[in-house]
Amino acid sequence: MRLERFWLAAGAAGLGLLPWHGLEAPVAAILGWKQAAAPALFAGEPWLWPLVVPLLLGLGGERRALVGAGALGLVLALIQGLAIGLHGWDMAWLAQVFGPGPSQAAMGWGAVVYGVSCTMLLAIGLARMGWCRGDVFVLGALLLILGLVGLFVAWPVGAILRSAMQDNDGVYALGVFMEKLFNPGIWGLDCLSGGRGCGVAWNTLAQATLVGVLATLLGLAVALVAGRTRLPLRPVVRLLSLLPVITPPFVIGLALILLFGRVGIVTNFLAEHAGIPRTRWIYGMAGITIAQLLAFTPIAFLVLSGVLGAVSPSLEEAAQTLRAGRWHVFRTVTWPLIRPGLANAFLISFIESLADFANPLMLGGNFNVLATDIFFAVVGAAHDQGRAAVLALVLLGFTLTAFLAQRAWTGSRSYTTITGKGDAGLSAPLPAGLSAICVSVVGPWLVLTVVVYAIILGGGFVVTFGRDWTPTWQYLLTTFSVDHGVGGWFLSGSGWRSLITTMELAAIATPITAALGLLAAYLLDRQNFRGKGAFEFIAMMSFAVPGTVIGISYILAFNVPPIDLTGTGIIIIISFVFRNMPVGIRAGLASLAQIDRSLDEASASLRARSARTLRLVILPILRPAIVTAMVYSFVRAITTVSAVIFLVSGEYNLATVYIVGRADVGEYGVALVYSAVLIVVMAAVLLGMTALIGRQRIGRRGALAAPAEAIAL
Amino acid sequence: MISRSAGLRCLVTAAGLMLAGMASASAQGTLVMYCGVDEAWCRAMSTTFEKQTGVHVDMTRQSSGEIYARLRAEKANPRGDIWWGGTGDPHLQAAEEGLTEEYKSPKLSEMNEWAVKQAERGQFRTVGIYMGALGFGYNKEELARRKLAAPACWADLVKPEYKGEVQMADPNSSGTAYTALATFVQIMGEEPAFAFLKKLHANINEYTKAGAAPAQSAGKGETLIGIAFQHDVITVAKRKLPVVVVSPCEGTGYEIGSMSIVKGARHPDEARRFYDWALTPEAQKIGAEFGSFQFPSNKATPVPPEAPDLSKVKLIAYDFATFGSSATRTRLLSRWTNEVKNLPR
Repeated sequence: MRLERFWLAAGAAGLGLLPWHGLEAPVAAILGWKQAAAPALFAGEPWLWPLVVPLLLGLGGERRALVGAGALGLVLALIQGLAIGLHGWDMAWLAQVFGPGPSQAAMGWGAVVYGVSCTMLLAIGLARMGWCRGDVFVLGALLLILGLVGLFVAWPVGAILRSAMQDNDGVYALGVFMEKLFNPGIWGLDCLSGGRGCGVAWNTLAQATLVGVLATLLGLAVALVAGRTRLPLRPVVRLLSLLPVITPPFVIGLALILLFGRVGIVTNFLAEHAGIPRTRWIYGMAGITIAQLLAFTPIAFLVLSGVLGAVSPSLEEAAQTLRAGRWHVFRTVTWPLIRPGLANAFLISFIESLADFANPLMLGGNFNVLATDIFFAVVGAAHDQGRAAVLALVLLGFTLTAFLAQRAWTGSRSYTTITGKGDAGLSAPLPAGLSAICVSVVGPWLVLTVVVYAIILGGGFVVTFGRDWTPTWQYLLTTFSVDHGVGGWFLSGSGWRSLITTMELAAIATPITAALGLLAAYLLDRQNFRGKGAFEFIAMMSFAVPGTVIGISYILAFNVPPIDLTGTGIIIIISFVFRNMPVGIRAGLASLAQIDRSLDEASASLRARSARTLRLVILPILRPAIVTAMVYSFVRAITTVSAVIFLVSGEYNLATVYIVGRADVGEYGVALVYSAVLIVVMAAVLLGMTALIGRQRIGRRGALAAPAEAIAL
Repeated sequence: MISRSAGLRCLVTAAGLMLAGMASASAQGTLVMYCGVDEAWCRAMSTTFEKQTGVHVDMTRQSSGEIYARLRAEKANPRGDIWWGGTGDPHLQAAEEGLTEEYKSPKLSEMNEWAVKQAERGQFRTVGIYMGALGFGYNKEELARRKLAAPACWADLVKPEYKGEVQMADPNSSGTAYTALATFVQIMGEEPAFAFLKKLHANINEYTKAGAAPAQSAGKGETLIGIAFQHDVITVAKRKLPVVVVSPCEGTGYEIGSMSIVKGARHPDEARRFYDWALTPEAQKIGAEFGSFQFPSNKATPVPPEAPDLSKVKLIAYDFATFGSSATRTRLLSRWTNEVKNLPR
């Protein structure tokens, strides 16, 4: 009973206390010193008054009344927001009927609170009617996530798809749409018959499949070397494989050009000493593949090492006791247990590669992929937004296929090995042959990584890389100098502002991302409700929509009331949250899949409700997943380029966009120095966060491994 | 009653936004500037204006294609006030679509003829601020290493010894490359121009996305020859890279960098103030100080000594009206894509 009174009060506060319009400066607005910041009831806007009715309706506390109140409140708020815009009626037929109508600004904090309250009232009412076994927490979380995802993923994507159906004048034209969709530029297969290039769709698909497979295998090799061998390589592997995650991806492309370009240092060396002619092989599929492997293998590694670490050793020990050889154990016990992890790793690298924008931009040469084609369809000389939207449709089709394939692969089998029972085994060592293969693959990759990072970290401290090796501080000073002036010390370097903005926005987005992601994972894994498949697809979709399309669609969807966010920091935070949420979901799902439900059931049989079970039982076990989700979403927020390139403004400029701009005009020195600083800062944050939240300790292994690692480090 | 108070509310909301988001905004007002040239030049323009007028400038640098896309997306609720710099075609396109505002600056009389012509083409919704001639640059070290003769004309670029050594942007994505395409058609006539482009295709190693990329690649030696605007090549050469700029002997086309005021700008007075200021010689000479060597549009602006000597550059009578129209553009681009781009090499 207390619960619905709380949400009724919150809804009333949203109407009567908080400013209904305007999202900036909540504190100043709440103090109420501006007419524009008036609460809904005192704003002089009669169309907002009916919003009181649902709250009155809910006062009785009867379950049907609560459902009605929540639903009615949401519908009323939505209708008035969509109908009345900044310049009068937003719907043409309303203007025809009523003439020029009233106008209002975009929704603000009051509307946010009111919307959340109505959602919660709806959840309480539905729970009392027996939905989701009467669990208010589950229903509330479900409705909240659905609402947010619908608002910030489905709606913008809908906006861009709508513009795919329109020609450049905004008229719906199905013929043009079909023509664009089946364009030979997208689907042509001329490369098979020789000579001409293939369609961009096939290029993208081939590229992503190649990178997905290679990154998964490489990630598995690294995970096995790091987790299942006694090589002293282990701490090095852990550190180096994490480095690419904290790197703005296009900087890797830059370093590869400096290494293997036609006048790169390796190419120069080979040409002068071995007489190997200079070619431009790095520009194209080969270069993109190497760069994407450097960028995405660590992601595959993160997924796989988590899964590998959670394979219960007692099963492997049991197999060994039954006299199975190392190969036999690996093939029949370990391998089947890490298969869902492999599918996840492949899926993630496949989609990352599909949506990757920066590496094809740097290294693509004449090899085109969808993500960059979309970008250039929008900003290029052709200015064809419709074509961009059609290309985005094709890309979405591919990701949908990836999801279906992933489901078929993991199927309905159970991979649970960590249970409530005691677990005191030690993992089986790798078969010798496999171990040798892994090491021989991982070794060269690590060397390449080290060299690439040496260039990224050091390249900004010489005058011109590869030509003039004189050491210089010049680029660092341009970017990050601090000066003493009349008003005391101030940050005079050109890069400070974007760096600070980036850190602030990413820090705000990180906990929100992790919380939403893990909550969604929990709902998907532990709760049953209708439309679960659709829910998962929509939640994961933002991961698959190329960032450039997200950027454009956010501008299209959120530039006018009822939701007016462009040019603010909020829109950047939202794009971070919903683009990176799937990472949290994946991390949570992979871990939850291995925690037996009997733990939940035990908790439930002790009469704990779902919220309590989540807090006291599941979250502590999920700690590694939480760390992964937080670290990764923070880092991804900082390193993302494509999604925010359209969203930055003068006030909210971001580090990566600044770096791309510098690299764009050939100022590699500044670009490299800034990247190096960014990497150092992120590494510090990453280590701090890991230390703060702690490591996974399940059974004896964690406790045993930790001192060994401390010694090795 | 309602509309008056709504207007007031809008105003106060805008003021609130400013106070909240821009703590440093002064009493002199604010200007949101979309800047389409090199970052250093953009920054110098915005800080100098802010210093001289006290108007807080909120500057975003993007390519002109990105800015055009942004203006279209923000059409219903414009955020920007002024769009300064970047190649002229998207400015003209924006003018044609009514994304920008008509303004006749009192400074217009001080402009060179080509800048005024640009304004007339755009129904005074835009104006020329600088001019840059097309050309190419070659890497003299790589040339010496291969013991090749230096190219001097467009016709030289199709010579077999330059096979795989020429770089040019993709006209589908780059305004620079579209200028090149249009230039060839105007110098040679359409059929011979496409025959030339097919031969050139055999020598091209990459069609880059960005217009200035070939100049940078030539500077670094990633390609021998890069087709680009001459001022872009000079900017690279100023960085002590071994690249030499060539103004082709057959004559060449050019771009007119432009400036437009956004329609529905939130700070129209500041925008017009900036507009007038940006056309003065003192504002136009900032470019050369920050390594951009275009030819300025005000007759009184001192021409930077590094700028290509226009008396030696043979400029063609570039037909902006025909080749800037979207019909011609679409036709030429799709013809190029179908007949040239995908040919085997």
